[in-house]
Amino acid sequence: MVVEALKREGVEVIFGFPGGAIIDINDALEKDGTIKYVLARHEQGATHAADGYARATGKVGVCLVTSGPGATNTVTGIATAYMDSIPLVVLTGQVPTALIGNDAFQEVDIVGITRPCTKHNYLVKDVKELPRILKEAFYIARTGRPGPVLIDLPKDVQNQKAEFNYPDKIKLRSYNPVVEPHNKQIRRAYRLIEKAKRPIIYAGGGVIISGAHKELKTLAETIHAPVTMTLMGLGAFPGTHEYSLGMLGMHGSYCANMAMANTDLIIAVGARFDDRVTGKVEAFAPLAKIIHIDIDPTSIQKNVKVDVPIVGDSKLALKKLNKIIKEEGRPDEAWRDLHAAWWDQIRAWEKRHPLIYKLEKDVIKPQYVIEKLYEMTKDKDPIITTEVGQNQMWAAQFFKFDKPRTLLTSGGLGTMGYGFPAAIGAQMAFPDRLVIDIAGDGSIQMNIQEMATAMEQRLPVKIVILNNEFLGMVRQWQELFYDKRYAATKFSVTPDFVKIAEAYGANGFRATKPEEVESVLEQGLNAEGLTIMEFAIAKEEGVFPMVPAGKATTEMLLV
Amino acid sequence: MKHTLSVLVENCPGALSRITGLFSGRGFNIESLSVAPTLDPTLSHLTLVTRGDEFIIEQIIKQLNRLVDVYKVVDVSEGEFVEREMALIKVRAEDETRAEILRMCDIFRCKVVDVSPKTYTIEVTGPESKMKAVTELLKPLGIKEIARTGTIAMSREKKSV
Ligand SMILES: Cc1cc2nc3c(=O)[nH]c(=O)nc-3n(C[C@H](O)[C@H](O)[C@H](O)COP(=O)(O)OP(=O)(O)OC[C@H]3O[C@@H](n4cnc5c(N)ncnc54)[C@H](O)[C@@H]3O)c2cc1C
Ligand SMILES: Cc1ncc(C[n+]2csc(CCOP(=O)(O)OP(=O)(O)O)c2C)c(N)n1
Ligand SMILES: [Mg+2]
Repeated sequence: MVVEALKREGVEVIFGFPGGAIIDINDALEKDGTIKYVLARHEQGATHAADGYARATGKVGVCLVTSGPGATNTVTGIATAYMDSIPLVVLTGQVPTALIGNDAFQEVDIVGITRPCTKHNYLVKDVKELPRILKEAFYIARTGRPGPVLIDLPKDVQNQKAEFNYPDKIKLRSYNPVVEPHNKQIRRAYRLIEKAKRPIIYAGGGVIISGAHKELKTLAETIHAPVTMTLMGLGAFPGTHEYSLGMLGMHGSYCANMAMANTDLIIAVGARFDDRVTGKVEAFAPLAKIIHIDIDPTSIQKNVKVDVPIVGDSKLALKKLNKIIKEEGRPDEAWRDLHAAWWDQIRAWEKRHPLIYKLEKDVIKPQYVIEKLYEMTKDKDPIITTEVGQNQMWAAQFFKFDKPRTLLTSGGLGTMGYGFPAAIGAQMAFPDRLVIDIAGDGSIQMNIQEMATAMEQRLPVKIVILNNEFLGMVRQWQELFYDKRYAATKFSVTPDFVKIAEAYGANGFRATKPEEVESVLEQGLNAEGLTIMEFAIAKEEGVFPMVPAGKATTEMLLV
Repeated sequence: MKHTLSVLVENCPGALSRITGLFSGRGFNIESLSVAPTLDPTLSHLTLVTRGDEFIIEQIIKQLNRLVDVYKVVDVSEGEFVEREMALIKVRAEDETRAEILRMCDIFRCKVVDVSPKTYTIEVTGPESKMKAVTELLKPLGIKEIARTGTIAMSREKKSV
């Protein structure tokens, strides 16, 4: 019954790990044979892989695990997806209904545990409810602000027989996300845009979720406004576009943060004014009026006061806005003139402090690796995933993302160990594309067991490890704010990653000098199958600019 | 500022815990809470008293609405409304105080619902202020036990849930 429903939902691949409480569904999947099942090596890996699949495709990722420890192992993956608004359906086995509450073998109240980190969850008590619940779960996961939905399936319910009535449509009286933005609000937004002399577009993950990148580009090009993106928004607007200021926030560009501090109008689209972006809220964009387009009312006016809230899908909202702008018919020259002085100022900031780093002769700079990687792969339309820490920030700063769904990274939860399994999920979705995990030596060890999964599925994922033998991001904080006491951040043992690769039957390459970087990338990218490229980078390199936590975004520490 | 919210939620397992979890997880406070089924057995009516400035209350209402199980939220304290609580108070009633307690009940329109040789059990209904006044006055006489409900509320006129 579950398998039948999954087929109706168009599920093509499931990531999972088996166990006694879910064996029947695995068995049914095997007998049926339509849906591809990817056996992970850890349930966290399975969940991140489903998440990576969802981010790369925009479809719902599906994960199937057993009760008890199988279920609890998914929690980090679920919370990761929840924070970044990623649609997942996680199916967990559960002890038979008669035993629930009995501390039965491998029983855990996973519905209770995941209540605060799922969009919704269900315990199925009656097989008759199963079709409706499965239908609802997929619907809730993908609509409105997407998110993970968990369904707990007691073993007896999995095995009961009932007539399979899969509903075509559903209507939930208590769940009706607003999609269509209000015309009046759009018109009010235009009135502000019309007057603004120093506008900026602040684009977030919501643009990617709703596929509004084209409309966003039209808006920016029509009114000649600069665009800055959150970490989650990278790819929503071409990073190589002359109007892109790159990422803003804690490790954003000097120019983007200065522009936000001096703008008179923020046009926020699918972004949630996270504290990594605003810094000290009281000092954030003091001169600005704010237009905020978001599908989730709770994102609006949560952290900052908004002048024109627009609740709805950002693609629809931008379409309407672009239409009004066109109808109003202000000539191109007029928009240009209006913002000319603003652009002069922006270009001056760009020139004063561009993103830079010092090249050195004897030691590999991580930024250089990323720049080279970008140059060598930009024509291949790669999907980049990242781990968490400095590696993630260097990727965000020095790789240019021109298309949506090409950067998959854990922003909200910041989950180390996300990148590699996510790359597996993305590669499952796009077997022929180049998928690269940019990793740190710490993070990669958190889900390194998934190398077996990638080998088994013959996935040619490329892993670039920036090895500083440190939990570098934390070390950077210690360097700056804890008198260089490197408590618990120095690894005195790091494995030989090349040997690890070989042990799994994958390829391994290592560069220890700057002049080897290019050739290692060359060999690694051209090698067939799963490949690790390890770069021994400057151990105490920092990520700059940096806005210290709790400081105003103009108080950036520069290189 | 104190706000009284009226919430209609799907009558299904976990709904209440989603709501209380939302308050504890996001650091909002609940001053009182009462739940009961409505005429439609598939919906429960929840009255919730909370405190916060306008931004917090706006966030609380939006967050409640975001829950898949929540059907409707109204801030009844935005307009004119009536609210009631009920308490059962078991008070020591010796010979010399029995008459006085009855007199007080009369003034506050409370009811004696149980009598024993040494105690009266009094039922009080009213807004929170009345609960306070009655308990303050009864305290010196010796309150042995007290049980209180949360607030229930309803807007006056049209603006019904
Ligand atoms: C080590 C580290 C450092 C970081 N440093 C930075 C930094 O310097 N700068 C930075 O920006 N981030 C940084 N982050 C990431 C940060 O924590 C947040 O994850 C990120 O800023 C949030 O991005 P967002 O605002 O685009 O929101 P997202 O989390 O992507 O949320 C999307 C928003 O869009 C809305 N939405 C969803 N669907 C739609 C739709 N169809 N239409 C309209 N709206 C929709 C949602 O309701 C939500 O409000 C860092 C993270 C880590 C781990
Ligand atoms: C699961 C998890 N635990 C702890 C942290 C805190 N943390 C953030 S960055 C970081 C260091 C990451 O080290 P590494 O992967 O080597 O990356 P680097 O910063 O050195 O590039 C740590 C420990 C986290 N984000 N996730
Ligand atoms: Mg490291």
